[in-house]
Amino acid sequence: MKTYKIKVLLMAICTSLLFVQCVDDDDNANVINEATCDDGIQNADEIAIDCGGTCEPCEGAVDFSGNYSQEDSMGRPGVNTVFSGTDAVKNLYNRVAPSLRATLQTQDGQTQTFQVTFQNLLEAYHDVYAVALGLDPALVNYQANILGLDATQFTALLANFDALQVAPNGQTVYYDQATGVALTGRALEDDVIDISLTLMFGGADGVRFNGENQTPQLTTDGVSIGTRTYSGFPYLEAPILMN
Amino acid sequence: MKKTKLFAVIGVLGLACLSVFLISADHMEAPDVASTSTDIADFFAFEGSTPENTVLVATVQGPLAPMEQTINAQFDEDVIITFNIDNTGDFVEDLVIQAVKRGDSMYFFGPVAPIQTGLETSIVTTATRTVVKISDVDSAETTINNGMQVYAGPRRDPFYFDFNRFNLVADGAVAPEGFLPPEEANDFFEDLNVLAIVVEVPNSMLGTAPTHVGVDQGFFAPGALPDAYNIWITTSRKQ
Repeated sequence: MKTYKIKVLLMAICTSLLFVQCVDDDDNANVINEATCDDGIQNADEIAIDCGGTCEPCEGAVDFSGNYSQEDSMGRPGVNTVFSGTDAVKNLYNRVAPSLRATLQTQDGQTQTFQVTFQNLLEAYHDVYAVALGLDPALVNYQANILGLDATQFTALLANFDALQVAPNGQTVYYDQATGVALTGRALEDDVIDISLTLMFGGADGVRFNGENQTPQLTTDGVSIGTRTYSGFPYLEAPILMN
Repeated sequence: MKKTKLFAVIGVLGLACLSVFLISADHMEAPDVASTSTDIADFFAFEGSTPENTVLVATVQGPLAPMEQTINAQFDEDVIITFNIDNTGDFVEDLVIQAVKRGDSMYFFGPVAPIQTGLETSIVTTATRTVVKISDVDSAETTINNGMQVYAGPRRDPFYFDFNRFNLVADGAVAPEGFLPPEEANDFFEDLNVLAIVVEVPNSMLGTAPTHVGVDQGFFAPGALPDAYNIWITTSRKQ
């Protein structure tokens, strides 16, 4: 039976060969040299055969073409929200690349750097409390913070170099009071609000406006990480589902 | 009190009032992006499961209320979320990791040199792709490719802040007291969610870190801070 099957197969192959023809039309003049959207091959800017790019979109294929324009930007937490002051400046800040933030910008009709805007607002926050305490605002000013940065240095670091600094070798923390390590990353646990408030209002020892000795409480917002807990990848907790 | 100072204070009070509800880590901070699919909520960067890895987290479209708002939240196919990495110290992105949604998945490209730096960009389609199914509220889909692990989906907002009290503090309404003691303070974000993308990437894929900018700029003594990448996030909309 096996021999019979092989014979039938061979006959079928030989018979099929009788129908093979050669047509002498393969001269070079007929080579496809212009890409079209119906030539049956993927060419030009197509992302699959005869679709994508300048052709019709591909069904089922994934198209990543196109130009994109920046709308929002973030480095350190709260910088734009706390220091830009006005809606117009906040919108502008998001649309200036970090490497250009030290240059002059026209903000609310004034031409100045973001650093100057930030420093003015830092002083203005102090003035609000000077007035409330019945003090001369001219005498209640920002004082160099726990990192030793004066007002110009502090606001320059915030405005002109607005990124998270991320150390590949070592602790990654926004500020660790115990070790003094600062600006090497931002962990999920970091209390960036208390750190930022302390840098803004705490002075050299971090306790200048801490609610004691008739001072306002400006160095902590009173909330902590609460019930949040973190483990391995993807690190963030599952969403809250109850109302 | 000098008159100019007084006017400045009045001005700040007025401005601060206008800014109410637009203040947080980056959630809803600027009117042009507030409550849109490009609105960045927050950004984290920290050591991963080994000291050789860095974890980058971007959250967007926050805060989301539990239940319907979170369940219905969607990444936008017209928006790229980008981690920008400067490894030379000039605050120009040398490498990018771009994330964009297609269908039910999030596609991550890179780390790779961008096609162009600055505000206008396009997707580096020639870069290594890592694709993960976008998780729903009950799942956590992850993909590992070439040592890089990725996630995209809804998560609890990790940001904590007495947001309502801050608005009162900033406009002077609760001066001179300021913030509340812990037993009275309220974490506005306690029970809220965000859409998150998470990337754990080997440091070897990010190049060599430059001198820390604080040291480089002379704000800190040489050696006071370790070498560090400068990393920021951006969202960009298809034109």
